[in-house]
Amino acid sequence: MTRNSSLEIKELAFAYPDGNQALFGVNLNISQGERVALLGPNGAGKTTLVMHLNGILPTMQGEVKVAGQRVDSKNPALIKAIRHKVGIVFQDPDDQLFMPTVGEDVAFGPYNAGLRGAELDVAVDNALDLVGMREFIDRPPHHLSFGQRRRVAVATVLAMKPEILVMDEPSSNLDPASRRELAEIVRSLDITLLMVTHDLPFAFELCERSVILSGGIIVADGSTKEILANDALLHSHRLELPRGFSF
Amino acid sequence: MAYFSIISLAISLARLPWKTVVKRSFIEIPFIAFALLMPFFGTGAKVDLWGLSLYREGLIAGAGIIAKGTLGILTAILLSSSTTARELLRGLETLRLPALLIQIATFMLRYTNVVNDEMERMRIARASRGFEATGIKHWKVIANSAGALFIRSYERGERVHLAMISRGYTGHMPQERREKTSLNELAIGFSLPILACLALLTSWVVM
Repeated sequence: MTRNSSLEIKELAFAYPDGNQALFGVNLNISQGERVALLGPNGAGKTTLVMHLNGILPTMQGEVKVAGQRVDSKNPALIKAIRHKVGIVFQDPDDQLFMPTVGEDVAFGPYNAGLRGAELDVAVDNALDLVGMREFIDRPPHHLSFGQRRRVAVATVLAMKPEILVMDEPSSNLDPASRRELAEIVRSLDITLLMVTHDLPFAFELCERSVILSGGIIVADGSTKEILANDALLHSHRLELPRGFSF
Repeated sequence: MAYFSIISLAISLARLPWKTVVKRSFIEIPFIAFALLMPFFGTGAKVDLWGLSLYREGLIAGAGIIAKGTLGILTAILLSSSTTARELLRGLETLRLPALLIQIATFMLRYTNVVNDEMERMRIARASRGFEATGIKHWKVIANSAGALFIRSYERGERVHLAMISRGYTGHMPQERREKTSLNELAIGFSLPILACLALLTSWVVM
């Protein structure tokens, strides 16, 4: 491998306390700068996988490494560092934007990382510039449109300068223009990306590589184009291209 | 009277529209009604006023309620219309109100709208399926909706907490980088209580 790997997952298995097993040995390797789409039907374990990436769920079996560092949920100092390396954008921006104003919300992550004063202001301004939301810095989040809130949610994570950006269903509930704007923003970022989505055309637009998670394991890993062209594969995992699309 | 003119002065200095102030003071009406009744019931000395025989004690107590109530409400209106909720919280923070209370109030401020929207969506969903709340037999449906709203809000709380720890939350909210209060602002801030104290002192001296 020529590039360092941002994320390494080896034989990750996980069962919820009620005995419901969600992951059955996931293997995934993402190099620095790669953009990867994580596809899979509902209930495939995508969200469970995402929660392992920054140690919200403890690794029970197997191993997760972020930038070469093992995610060990028993080591609070390490977990803190990992959480600044893995930026997760959650599905509902109202869950992510909890501070009274956009600026304070974007400042939340870098502040926790120890930034203060002018440094903090610069981090906030830069992150908002990346998503084109600088002029909204003093607005309360509930005065923004859904698409704008999603963009601010991305900024809150970018402000932490993560090693890898993880987005959970980034295109859900967006109107076509907001969806395109978000795609442009994501394409302009120089960052490793793992995008959880059902929106196959969106995955094709942004990610050169896709993996399919189904039944708690990775069942396909390859170029997005090849995977989306394989109708039989998609159908056997409850994935479908919208009518009229073909590769 | 002196207190009233001080507050009036502050209200006009703050350039609040009188219409809003008067409209918001209507909340006081039930108390006024109560205060107006007081002189008619009671014991002790009576006085004759406009052909009515009223109890002296009740008259004084009622007048006191009206005066204090009006002053209190005007002050509250003055504070709430000249200061945003956000600034109010910041002020309380500076006054060393426990951080936890501030955090709770901040989240309340942020999520009132979200929960309201959710409630409105549930109402529309009920109405779209032909539901009309007309009487006591519909309370069950309303109660169920309220329960669902509680659970949804609770789950949202969990998701928000998840989002917070994902960004390195350890139990402390970022402290506001607050600007130094200027001497001028301090003077303005203390002018109201000082004027009120002066008014109190004068009334003692005069009486």
